[in-house]
Amino acid sequence: MMSRRLTFMKAINEGLEQAMEKDDRVILLGEDIAGGADVKHLEEKNEDAWGGVFGVTKGLMPKFGRERVIDTPISEMGYMGAAVGAAATGLRPVPELMFNDFIGFCFDTILAQGSKMRYMFGGKAKIPMTIRTCHGAGASAAAQHSGSYYGMLGAIPGVKVVVPSNPYDAKGLLLAAIEDDNIVVFSEDKTLYGMKDEVPEEYYTVEIGKAKIKREGTDLTIVAIGKMLYVALEVADRLAKDGVDVEVIDLVTVAPWDEQTVLHSVKKTGRLIVIDEANPHNNTATDIASVVSDKAFDYLDGPVKCVCAPNTPVPFATNLEQLYLPNADRVLKEAAEIIEDLKK
Amino acid sequence: MEKLTKDKAKWVYKTMNDIRNFENEVHNIFTTGEIPGFVHLYAGEEAIATGVCAHLTDNDYITSTHRGHGHCIAKGCDLDGMMAEIYGKETGLCKGKGGSMHIADIDKGMLGANGMVGGGFPIAVGAGLRNKYLKTKDVAVCFFGDGAANEGTFHEGINLASIWNLPVVFVNENNFFAEATPQWYSSGSKTIADRAAAYGIPGVTVDGKDLVAVYEAAGEAIDRARSGKGPTLLECVTYRNYGHFEGDEQKYKAPSGKEKEEANRDCISQFRDYAIEHQLLTNKEAEEIESQSMADIEHAIKFAEESPVPRPEALFEDVYAN
Ligand SMILES: Cc1ncc(C[n+]2csc(CCOP(=O)(O)OP(=O)(O)O)c2C)c(N)n1
Repeated sequence: MMSRRLTFMKAINEGLEQAMEKDDRVILLGEDIAGGADVKHLEEKNEDAWGGVFGVTKGLMPKFGRERVIDTPISEMGYMGAAVGAAATGLRPVPELMFNDFIGFCFDTILAQGSKMRYMFGGKAKIPMTIRTCHGAGASAAAQHSGSYYGMLGAIPGVKVVVPSNPYDAKGLLLAAIEDDNIVVFSEDKTLYGMKDEVPEEYYTVEIGKAKIKREGTDLTIVAIGKMLYVALEVADRLAKDGVDVEVIDLVTVAPWDEQTVLHSVKKTGRLIVIDEANPHNNTATDIASVVSDKAFDYLDGPVKCVCAPNTPVPFATNLEQLYLPNADRVLKEAAEIIEDLKK
Repeated sequence: MEKLTKDKAKWVYKTMNDIRNFENEVHNIFTTGEIPGFVHLYAGEEAIATGVCAHLTDNDYITSTHRGHGHCIAKGCDLDGMMAEIYGKETGLCKGKGGSMHIADIDKGMLGANGMVGGGFPIAVGAGLRNKYLKTKDVAVCFFGDGAANEGTFHEGINLASIWNLPVVFVNENNFFAEATPQWYSSGSKTIADRAAAYGIPGVTVDGKDLVAVYEAAGEAIDRARSGKGPTLLECVTYRNYGHFEGDEQKYKAPSGKEKEEANRDCISQFRDYAIEHQLLTNKEAEEIESQSMADIEHAIKFAEESPVPRPEALFEDVYAN
């Protein structure tokens, strides 16, 4: 495969482009995903004004037209519900929820409608739609634009949730999500958009539901979600200096998460830390802790540790926001309790 | 309705200048990187917040939007505390924990700028319900953009206010664009005010750059609400001087033609001319107000710059009451 370095954002853009080329049932909907609808001087030049608030969908409207790249009014309930309806009747919509924090405005369409249709209708419906959204603190976007709600969405039966940590996975997971016949929430960390890495030019998919072992180790397993992978890798480097051999797992899919890979690793290392940027209660980390404590109890040499955001909204002030985010020091502090005996 | 007296005109002129200077300075400082996050500026739309809030006291409530600095200033929020909030400092109106998009001061009846477009409708309805329940003569004003009019909360909020006959005034700031999407694309009704008919309430459209027009129309709507006659939908047509937020290239704005001419019309100089012509202000008074306003904003910047950042423990405070 030919590959070149692309930003996380461009990798997503390319994934959308290839999905649209491959299947004309794929349409995009969202607020200003093109921008400038019905603005004469832009229409004459076939130009988009924005391409999304971060520029992720830039260039797609000029290429595919406004029939397929549809700017919506500020009506999340309306267009998200329309995506459910269009998916149930044969299209493969990819609606964008600009920030995951806006979920309240359209939650019914996912919670009570889209996620339950197939089950309620006795298996006679499919809802092949991919909700692109973004999460994450660290951009000074304050309390209503910085939350991490992938775990909350993943708690709904019928909804799959993926959280890519790098450009390669972003493109491949997005293509897998669009091929999937279920509602898949594709949650992008807004602070990763500028990250660059090798991305193949070709169409490819990354398997949904499969975690990735990023670093092998024998003493301690760290499972991380999205950007938290980089915290985990830093911790692994630092602990290596003390002779502690850390296995780092990128969870990749939050729902349904990969029990097999996680349990296999924990059975080898006997110790587990999960890093999740979500608020600390009823999140993916606590779910993993509960399942592992249940299914691998006999293999554990200590309690499962969860390192999460605190039980607070995201503060605006930069110094507080940095404290809010899980970091390597906090993970090391938690780790100390379960690895004391390992340090050489 | 209280007539536009000389004293009121002074307050109006000072308020409009404060908003403009505040926003121009925030615009400049933003480019230096000292202000973090998203900032949406109100410059160009001063006549609306000012003309409406001229009729309000601290006991009246307002809900605001992501473009909230102008509403805050017109409702009497402290300039120093506002600027410090935008800088994320401990002395900010929200202790640095809210930022530009969440500036609030409940003691002043300011229920918050809002990061959720359309978030204000039901909250204003709640404040109106409170006013009616407690039999006060206070009103609630909901400021909202043309884009916000397409959220479901617009419909549910205004319908509730109508059937419960609440003292709420819905003030639409139609600046033609919601981010990069024009109002004429996103609304099925030609005007926002047209929609009032569906709720059985008055709908009025005024030139939102004309302070006097806003002042009079808002005065009538607020009087109506205070006297128990229910809500009004007031649409004020305006334009924003800057981009949607700082960093916006604004490619969607018309480079020439009628829209551009409208954009160039300045509500502050228009009011200055009017006030001098009608002997509400002298030239000298206007100049004094202008320099006082600039001094006040400079003071606010200095205050913000010199203030400390929040204590680390503040992260955990104010999640729950008690
Ligand atoms: C529920 C919700 N949807 C979308 C957004 C993103 N957004 C922020 S401001 C804005 C445009 C608002 O336009 P308008 O209501 O006309 O107000 P203006 O910016 O013109 O003052 C959008 C879409 C948001 N903050 N909240």
